[in-house]
Order: sequence, then structure tokens, then C-alpha cells
Amino acid sequence: MTTTTPAATADAELPRLRLDTPPLLVLPILALLALPLVGSFPTWVTLTVAGLAMGMMIFIMASGLTLVFGLMDVLNFGHGAFVSVGAFTATLVLLPMQGWMQADSVLMNLSALGLAIALAMLVTGALGWAFERVIVMPVYGQHLKQILITMGGMIVAEQMIHVVWGPDQIPLPLPTSFRGVILVGDAAIEKYRLIAVAVGLVVFAAMFLVLNRTKVGLLIRAGVENGEMVEALGYRIRRLFVGVFVAGSALAGLGGVLWGLYKEMLTAAMGSDIMVLVFIVIIIGGLGSVGGCFIGALLVALVANYTGFLAPKIALASNILLMVAILLWRPQGLYPVAKR
Amino acid sequence: MSEPMLSLTGVHTHIGQYHILQGVDMTVPRGELTVLLGRNGAGKTTTLRTIMGLWHASRGALLFDGRDITQAATPDISCAGIAYVPENMGIFSDLTVRENLLLAAREGSPDTTRLEWIFGFFPALKKFWNQAAGTLSGGQKQMLAIARAIVEPRKLLLVDEPTKGLAPAIIQSLITAFRELKAMETTILLVEQNFSFVKSLGDTVAVMDDGRIVHSGGMNELAEDRDLQQKLLGLSLDTHQ
Repeated sequence: MTTTTPAATADAELPRLRLDTPPLLVLPILALLALPLVGSFPTWVTLTVAGLAMGMMIFIMASGLTLVFGLMDVLNFGHGAFVSVGAFTATLVLLPMQGWMQADSVLMNLSALGLAIALAMLVTGALGWAFERVIVMPVYGQHLKQILITMGGMIVAEQMIHVVWGPDQIPLPLPTSFRGVILVGDAAIEKYRLIAVAVGLVVFAAMFLVLNRTKVGLLIRAGVENGEMVEALGYRIRRLFVGVFVAGSALAGLGGVLWGLYKEMLTAAMGSDIMVLVFIVIIIGGLGSVGGCFIGALLVALVANYTGFLAPKIALASNILLMVAILLWRPQGLYPVAKR
Repeated sequence: MSEPMLSLTGVHTHIGQYHILQGVDMTVPRGELTVLLGRNGAGKTTTLRTIMGLWHASRGALLFDGRDITQAATPDISCAGIAYVPENMGIFSDLTVRENLLLAAREGSPDTTRLEWIFGFFPALKKFWNQAAGTLSGGQKQMLAIARAIVEPRKLLLVDEPTKGLAPAIIQSLITAFRELKAMETTILLVEQNFSFVKSLGDTVAVMDDGRIVHSGGMNELAEDRDLQQKLLGLSLDTHQ
């Protein structure tokens, strides 16, 4: 007979923590599978960069929403309002500064765009704060009411855009230095798409650092998993949630500006139109998971671009099919968040 | 006799349409370990959650260290000096052991001396310092949950069934930990069904049934009186484990 000491049992070796790589591998596998189907390498490069750019923009718009859901279990169907308001707010700077936008100077272009983005994020952040106070707060814990009232909030926001900016579409041309393409071999890559990829990477890196290297980030991650326990440790999760809601709204505003410039045309419904993709992304990624949201956004955008080129007739359904396939593989999404 | 650390007077708690606590009266003396016993569904966990403000009392009063906390918010109750270890341990699986303890140290980083003291009876936590808490065994998770509650000094520690589902060897580590805490005169309210675990630790005991305290007194008195055990719990506490 052997005796196990308490310490020995308590110190028993753990299984090594392994990085969950299969979801990460899906992206390169998808891209490689698409290569022979597309046939032409330059076309494949163009499609892939376009997909990555679109994915980064969707990630920026979706990241706040996934955290809001994870942290407070709030289904915000009005998130698209911040996308539209962000894009339209940017016109308050970009249209009067047309001269700077059309100038053949990178500095002037960036100054005008930077100012527009700052204003858009400020306004959508403030709108997010008001939205949370007036619309979301009274319906905590009531999912059906959340869906109805936040959709109502989005409709009101769209109508307010019509009131302020009129019912017509507003053209939003790219700054001069962001127009055109860069030739890499025979592949033509739009400059703006590279910029969108760079901005998306910066946002992802910033979120990664905040979530993993700061106490606020730790609280957010802990709150997504078990908000009640965070409160029992003495932290006011309500304040944390308002902060995340405001930050998520501001990010949606940034995404709206980038998306508007990508489309070069603004409509009041642009936010609600993109919400279908945003919801697919956060479901695929795993509700509450920023990393999953990032991978999910890139997957959705790549699939949309490849199928749009290869089989335009099924392009509209491609993302639904992708979601079904992912959920059959991982029913909780690519990176499910451990819940209490 | 000094003022108790915690007192509940006529506390009623409703969860939806269910009337769970039906007039709980109990006190937790300072510097002592009080055990709350009772069968499943008696209202023990609800009592702890009501103290923490996770469910609010619909009637009655809760006084902690002379302060009325009946309708206080959970973060305020925690900041007043109550630490809570829930039945499901409530650890953050996606965070490492270090990050779990870092969050519990509200004043900044955990005090190194206190950490070493905790590692003395929970050495596994030091070994798996940078390991995700979700990968720990059940016993190690319980150690982490208790360590998180005591990483900073607190006036009162609420612990809900710490031995549930644990191997005897791990329970021995918990006994050591609670003895250390008792030696430091930490006030503890411990919900437990494993009598052999608590009979050597407890100073006072309260027995709950149907949302009320049906007995309170010294632990020795209950441990030595089989008739009382039979009367209160319907079976000998020696088999109640």
C-alpha cells in the first residue's frame, strides 16, 4: 500500500497548456485551398489582401460588440448605429477639408483623416454612453427586450442621420495619397486596403496589450467569464461595462469611417447592413472572445472575397454556410469563453 | 462579550417567487470559526449570497462590524472586508494563477510575504503560478479560490462547502490552511456538510433547516451529543460526510 502525501497530490503535474492552433490554421488552409481554384497567382494575392482589409474593418466594428455581450450578456442589435454615425460624423471634417483631402500631400491627407477619425470616435463614444444609459440599462437580463429596444435605437439613429444629413447618399472619396494601387509583381494591391490592414493590426495589438497587460484588461477578461465574482472581489463591474460599451462604440465609429472610405459612399443604413456580417463574425469567433472575433472576421471576409470571384451566385450565402460549418465543428465558436 | 463580527436578524430572502430564507437569526463571533450546517436546500448558500449582497434580503437586517449592509452593493460589502469563496469556487479559468491573485489584491500587487505564507500550505499555487487556472485540478482550484480570498487580510471570510468533491489528501491541506487562519484570529463563516472536516476546526455551529436557524451553540456541544445530532439533522453527524 502506498501513501500519497497531501502536498504530492496537490502538486500533481498538470497537462501542458497548449495553444489552440486549429482555428489559426483554418485561415492559411482556406487561402491555400483558394489558390488553385482562383488559378491566377496575382488575382489570388489581390483577393486575399482585399479579404484581409475587409476582415480588419469588420473586426474593428465587431470587437466592441463581442466584449459587450461577453461582459454583460447584452444583445446590442443597435451597434450598427455607431458605424453609421461614425461615418457621417467624419464628413463634418472631411467635406469642409476637401482641399486637404485632395492635396497631393500625405501629411495634409493624414491630418484631415486623423481629425475626422478623432471626432467620429469622440461622438460615437459619447453616443454609446447615452445609448447604454437610456436604452440598454433598463433592460439588463431581458434578452428579448434588449433585441427590440436596441433595434429601435438603431432605427431612431438612422432617422436622425436623415434629419441631419438628408436622405441622399453622401460620396466620401479617398484622400489623394490613399488612391491607386501598388504593383507587387503582376498583382495589383489597392493602397487603401493595405492601410486598412495596418489599422486593423494596430487596433488588434492595442486590444491584445490592454486585455493581457493591464489590470483593466484582466478585469474585462474576468468579467466576461464571471461578472458576479468580479463584483465579489470588490470591483464595480457596471463602471467597467460602461467603459467597454463606450470604447466599443468608439471603435465601431472608427470602423464606420474606414468602411465609408472603403465604399466611398455613405448611407444611413450602412451600419445595419454590415451588422449581419458582424453578428456572424462574433458567433463564429465565440461570444465574448476578441481573438475569436479577429479570426472570425478574417475568415468571413476571405470567404466572401473568394466566393464573390469564384461563384458570385453563392457569394451571398457563403458566410451563412461558413457559420454553419464552423458551428458544426465547434458549437461554441472558434474560441469559446469559459463561462461561470 | 465583544460585539459579533456579523449578525443576521430576521433575514428573509426571496429568489423570484421562492421564499428561501424565512427569518434567519444568527451571529458570527469575532476571531472564531463558525460552521453553518444543514441538509441540501436548507438555505446555507443563500445565506452566504445574501450576506455578500448577491441576493438582497427582502426583510430583516444584516450588520457587519457594526455597519448595516442589508441593502449594500456587493463591491461595497467586499471592500468593507468580507471575502467570499463560492461553492463553485468562482475562479477565472482563462486567467493564470498569478492573474487570479492579482485581481484579488485590490491594493496593487499581492504582498510577497503573505504570498509566501499562502504557498506554505498551498505549494501547488507557486508551482503553477503562470498556468491557466482552468487547467488546475479540482483541489488546486479550491486552493486558488481560498488563496484569492486571503491574499489580502480581510475581516470576515465566507467559505461555501470547500471540501465538496475533493480527495481526502487535498482536504488535509485545507484543514492546515484553516488552522493557520484560525491562528491569525481570522473570523470565518464556513458552510460545510463534511462533519469530520469541521468538528476539529469549528468554534461555534449553527444548524439550518427550511430557511431558518434551528440550533446554534458551541461545536463541542453538538459534536458530543448524538441525540442532538439525531434531533437536528435526522442522522448522526458522524455519518453526515
